[in-house]
Amino acid sequence: MKRVAYVLGLPVVLFAAWYLLSAGSESFYAPPLSTILESFGKTWTLDRLGTDVVPSLLRLVAGYALAAVIGVAVGVTIGLNRRVRATVEPVLEFFRAIPPPVLVPVIMLFAGIGNGMKIIVIVFGCVWPVLLNTVEGVRAVDSVQIDTAKAYGISGPARLGRVILPAASPQIAAGLRQALSIAIILMVISEMFAASNGLGFTIVQFQRSFAIPEMWSGIILLGLLGFGLSLLFRLAEGRALRWYHGLRDAQRRS
Amino acid sequence: MLEVSSLKKVYRSGAREVEALRDLTFTVDSGELVCLVGPSGCGKTTLLRCIAGLLEPTGGQVRLDGREVSGPPPGLAMVFQEYGRSLFPWMSVRDNVELPLKQKKITRDRRKTLVEQALDAVGLAGTESAYPWQLSGGMQQRVAIARAVAYEPSTLLMDEPFAAVDAQTRADLEDLVRALWQRLEVTVLFITHDIDEAVYLGQRVVMLSSSPTVVQDEITVDLPSTRDQLHTRADPRFTELRTHVYEQIQAAKRGLQLGGAGASS
Ligand SMILES: Nc1ncnc2c1ncn2[C@@H]1O[C@H](COP(=O)(O)OP(=O)(O)OP(=O)(O)O)[C@@H](O)[C@H]1O
Ligand SMILES: [Mg+2]
Repeated sequence: MKRVAYVLGLPVVLFAAWYLLSAGSESFYAPPLSTILESFGKTWTLDRLGTDVVPSLLRLVAGYALAAVIGVAVGVTIGLNRRVRATVEPVLEFFRAIPPPVLVPVIMLFAGIGNGMKIIVIVFGCVWPVLLNTVEGVRAVDSVQIDTAKAYGISGPARLGRVILPAASPQIAAGLRQALSIAIILMVISEMFAASNGLGFTIVQFQRSFAIPEMWSGIILLGLLGFGLSLLFRLAEGRALRWYHGLRDAQRRS
Repeated sequence: MLEVSSLKKVYRSGAREVEALRDLTFTVDSGELVCLVGPSGCGKTTLLRCIAGLLEPTGGQVRLDGREVSGPPPGLAMVFQEYGRSLFPWMSVRDNVELPLKQKKITRDRRKTLVEQALDAVGLAGTESAYPWQLSGGMQQRVAIARAVAYEPSTLLMDEPFAAVDAQTRADLEDLVRALWQRLEVTVLFITHDIDEAVYLGQRVVMLSSSPTVVQDEITVDLPSTRDQLHTRADPRFTELRTHVYEQIQAAKRGLQLGGAGASS
């Protein structure tokens, strides 16, 4: 209960401040929050959610999942192999340094403007934090743990699945968390360039047709979406890494 | 049979070289229990890692049952000195002990029995579902021992396995090691800092010199094979043997000081 209050406290205060400060606003571009909320209900009907939000979310999930799988698989391969790592790492840093939105027009050239393009954009942006964190996590596995596995004949898939991946999992989770916020940004951006549906597309449409309260309501929805997804992520992480948080608490106490 | 011949290990990191082992030769017969003592930093852990196939020697070789060791040999179990780091914190105590057994393709029922017996033997029945980091240091060390015991190895290497347990538990574990050794006819190489422990446990005690490390001395412990904490330790022969080992270790340490002074001048 207390924790819920902590999580929701600041957002509630901020919203209240926005509400009060914008109450008498005459500005066309910054309408009162009451107007925006009013249009929220009208704009985001079930119908709209089905045609615009669901396709966005599906692309997000597909891109994110793909990036996670590719990032972990390639990251493990690189992390376990010192020679591969030495040759590949500079190249990775180079690709990572490219802001993914820049690539949207390029990707559009060969992937068209359909779902494929948008998913590729998300994958391209998300894969780097997952990959680099996985490399780092796998590389940093305690040598005594590896030696223990070797001494007891824990080899092949069992060593990977029962020792290396779990040992690297806290770092992999950190990469996945970074990737999640990137995924949401890219979901929107990929829809701003060329699309016929989606949350980003709708917001841009509102903006171009000067439906300002509606535009703001879309932005709020986006914020809520991001908040909800990161909450889900935190829950899943807390469950999967229960051992890690317990271990850290135990170490801090001693 | 375990044969270590002219074993040499030099650690190289950049321009720095550390000669951990200079020239070690000794054997441990099949089914024998040998204790190894030596000053801190003389390379005991290094030696054990070479025997376990985790470290490649710079010179010489290790043979186990006639075959040269080039990777971890099957049927070998090791209790690491860094017991806390050698347990997997994402697994319960039960899973930690069971994982190596799964790799040995032991049936489920048999695994269950082995895990239970091993945890029971080290006095940890009832902690199966705890995580290692929820246990005290001494308990963690016993989990590591249980894992080695449940594995039913033919060769058992133990690197100061009782360092973190209290005196009473230590005495119990010493008796456990001897009982297991007698029951399973396993070859045991046991490293310890504790001279009394070495004499109490071993059939033989091998003493290492300080760095540069060679075998300083070796004695056969001619005490009766049924030993118990009270009578064995009160045996005059026990006192004689431990005095001998103690003197050798002191000599080894003086060697260290002399060597150190020589190197710095
Ligand atoms: N990975 C390593 N790299 C470089 N030097 C090392 C490494 N491991 C050990 N050494 C050195 O080798 C020597 C022997 O170390 P080792 O750990 O084998 O000693 P030990 O006899 O087990 O000591 P202790 O009784 O304190 O456990 C030490 O001087 C140590 O500094
Ligand atoms: Mg050591």
